[in-house]
Amino acid sequence: MGTAKQEDTKSLLKHTASLADHANEQNFENQLQYLTFLMQDEEYGVDILNVQEIRGWGNVSPIPNAPAYVSGVINLRGAIVPVIDLRILFELSDSNYDENTVVIVLKVTTERVNRIMGIVVDSVSDVFTLSPTDKQPPPSVNQSVSREFIEGLTEVKGKMVILLDSERLLYLENNL
Amino acid sequence: MSIDLSQFHAVFFEESFEGLELMEASLLELDVDNPDSEQINSIFRAAHSIKGGSGTFGFVQVTEFTHILETLLDKIRDGDQALDADGIELFLQSVDCLRELLEALKSKQELDTQRADELAGVFQAVLDGGTYADSAKVVKMDTSVGEPVVAETIETNDDSALDEREPGASRQQIGFKIYFKPELDMLKGGNDPVRMLRELATLGEIKTTADATELPPLQVLVPDNCYLSWTIELLTTCAIDDVEEVFEWVEDECELSITPILEDSIAAVSSQSQDQPNDSKVKNSATSGQRLVMPSGPLPSLDDLQLPSPPESTDQSPPPVTVTDQAKTPVKAKSTKVEASSIRVGIDKVDSLINLVGELVITQSMLGQMGSAGDGITDEHIVNLREGLVQLEQNTRELQDSVMRIRMLPISFTFNRLPRMVRDISIQLGKQVQLELSGENTELDKTVMEKISDPMVHLIRNALDHGIEMPAQRRASGKPEMGTIVLNAFHQGGNIVIEMTDDGGGIDTERLLAKARTNGLVGESDQLTQEQKLELLFSPGLSTVEKVSDLSGRGVGMDVVRRNIQELNGSVEVSTEMGVGSTFRIRLPLTLAILDGQLVTVADQTYIFPLVSISESLQIDGNKVSNVAGGSDVYSLREEYIPILHLDRLFGLRQEIRTLQGSLLVVVESEGQKIGVVVDELLAQQQVVIKSLEDNYTRVLGVSGATILGDGTVAMIVDAVGLSSLAGNDIAAAKKMTDAAA
Repeated sequence: MGTAKQEDTKSLLKHTASLADHANEQNFENQLQYLTFLMQDEEYGVDILNVQEIRGWGNVSPIPNAPAYVSGVINLRGAIVPVIDLRILFELSDSNYDENTVVIVLKVTTERVNRIMGIVVDSVSDVFTLSPTDKQPPPSVNQSVSREFIEGLTEVKGKMVILLDSERLLYLENNL
Repeated sequence: MSIDLSQFHAVFFEESFEGLELMEASLLELDVDNPDSEQINSIFRAAHSIKGGSGTFGFVQVTEFTHILETLLDKIRDGDQALDADGIELFLQSVDCLRELLEALKSKQELDTQRADELAGVFQAVLDGGTYADSAKVVKMDTSVGEPVVAETIETNDDSALDEREPGASRQQIGFKIYFKPELDMLKGGNDPVRMLRELATLGEIKTTADATELPPLQVLVPDNCYLSWTIELLTTCAIDDVEEVFEWVEDECELSITPILEDSIAAVSSQSQDQPNDSKVKNSATSGQRLVMPSGPLPSLDDLQLPSPPESTDQSPPPVTVTDQAKTPVKAKSTKVEASSIRVGIDKVDSLINLVGELVITQSMLGQMGSAGDGITDEHIVNLREGLVQLEQNTRELQDSVMRIRMLPISFTFNRLPRMVRDISIQLGKQVQLELSGENTELDKTVMEKISDPMVHLIRNALDHGIEMPAQRRASGKPEMGTIVLNAFHQGGNIVIEMTDDGGGIDTERLLAKARTNGLVGESDQLTQEQKLELLFSPGLSTVEKVSDLSGRGVGMDVVRRNIQELNGSVEVSTEMGVGSTFRIRLPLTLAILDGQLVTVADQTYIFPLVSISESLQIDGNKVSNVAGGSDVYSLREEYIPILHLDRLFGLRQEIRTLQGSLLVVVESEGQKIGVVVDELLAQQQVVIKSLEDNYTRVLGVSGATILGDGTVAMIVDAVGLSSLAGNDIAAAKKMTDAAA
């Protein structure tokens, strides 16, 4: 992974942090923040509170007999964290690994357990703030696998962003 | 103002269970004919602490029951009451009963006090002058008929009044007038007057008047001091001893006077209470007794509230420190929720840990200094850096050892449960058995200990049921009537070995074989070596005892024992000699967190085999490979056909078929069956730290966990048992071939 990209990631995280602080100050509006990323030129978003970190792709050990979309496991500072390739899960045709490919590490803490999992995406894009009213329900015609992970749709700067439900993503092997 | 006492519950339960264990152990050791007063004392102390603690937390049933137990023990201690074998049996039962009560309280379940009431009745009868055996009988009879004697005893228990009925005396004396003035600093000693008042209230009706005249103005009030004094009128039938006992811990820290109230003064008492209309409601409840105290008191006492600290009767020299650790394994099926368990760790272990961390910090700062010491890197720098790294490595290793040691507990925690069990079962079976323990101080990991205790109990039960013969039979074969089971634990290499030897009849391997033949486990014409015959012991569905008892003999035992031990990466073996006895040897890793592994590569991926599961590794000789129907390969290894498994195919790593000639075969053992696993390369052997895959993913068949290698990549640890279920067909084919060849 190139240093240039590391810098990018760093500044993005810093940006994220400052935005988060900003959001805390005016939290009364009940606004949501999303981290967006690109997969095959489509923009997807996840709730930023579920994002633990973003790291480059690499050093993934395969899991025996796992489904194709499970890339394997990585060592995240001593914890064994599974990584799923969202592009394969969503049946997107092109899933190559280049220097922009990143793993977004998602963490969901519920009453039952806390779980950490990485998702492989083409590249990270932006952070934006959204009020719940801007969120539209997912289209009902689509019958693909990705459908059940979609929380809603929204529009940012004239472009459609697909919002994903991190919690459902992290529990996906439970309802396979 | 009220303090949430429930935060202390965990400590109370832990201490109480420890106390019960101590009671049990002392009872078992107690020589009935010549009781050691120190032992009776320690039993008494344990009961007393439980009583005190349960009183504090308002577990009335426990308090009542321990109280009567304690009274009896006290009499025994003073020599007023004899103790015999039946008595010990009764006390042991009461330990069980208390344990049940406490378990129920702990899991907040409904209390079943029937047994406690029964036992309390028995003890009452003993106190009234009966012998242990008779009392036990009488009460058993009474409870069925419902005779008034017992009913009355139980009733008095419900009133919480211990009835030391002295006919005649009770008529005149109806209670005590107690003046209690604690010294100023009594609270600092951890003694709480409120608790004593509450305990007094359990003896009978109390009426408490607090004297707050010595209370200084708020500005000069020292909250740790106790400025109050109390006058208590207690209406009870108790003996003065019982009242004095309440103040036993504070005798020399207070002014105390206890004067009996005689019957004719009752009018005075009642009229007095009518003089104070505020008190008219205050009758006989413990809470109202306190309510009187509360408003006038400065109430610092509650802030200081803690468990009564009984003298430590254990002989651990360093004071134990409790370290809490989140239980990774769900605790026992009994409790529905996962609870945080804790272990007690000697302060010396914690101290050494702190020292090591100190050293680590020094090394780190040394290395840090080097890193920032200017830009020119000289040879000297590199030499220093190397030294620093060596030091760091050593620090790390020592730290690892120390941290592991924290989880290590002496095996006596498991061993201590056994004497009681041996005693009970041998009585039940009419056998005479003594249990000898050695190496109780051998330490092993807490998680291993929790899992090994059931298999061990099973082995002991087996030895008692099948191993040790009946006394008559033993006499006939020239052995002492008293059978002996020896349990020994010791360290060997990185393992702990637990040996269980009995001097019983030994295992009849011929009967085993015959049984296996009738069950179809072994073919009619098969010839087995002695070792193989003994192996049969661990096969499912085999028991040599004709009669099925509730102890053992259903044939579901030994295979489960072996499986449990194998799950811990351990092994169990047995040796036996007819007429002389048998020895079971359990070998276990010291910890579940670290494993000795053999690193192998398959399709450029590194995998780890637990070293204990590998029986050998060899290079494949193509001539010894045969292909059976269905595409399974088998390898002929010393008159045995073992299935060949291809790890690359099983794990879906690559599909190309490689030639077997010359490749490496790792022979692993899983549930008594050998399987050969083809790997590309054998790498180093090293210790690896086991990490869970299940935390963030699910269970993967054929993999027991993962670890992180030196280069930071993740490697899977191969699970031989899982592998064989992944390759079920291949194994069945190989078995068929071995059978056909033999």
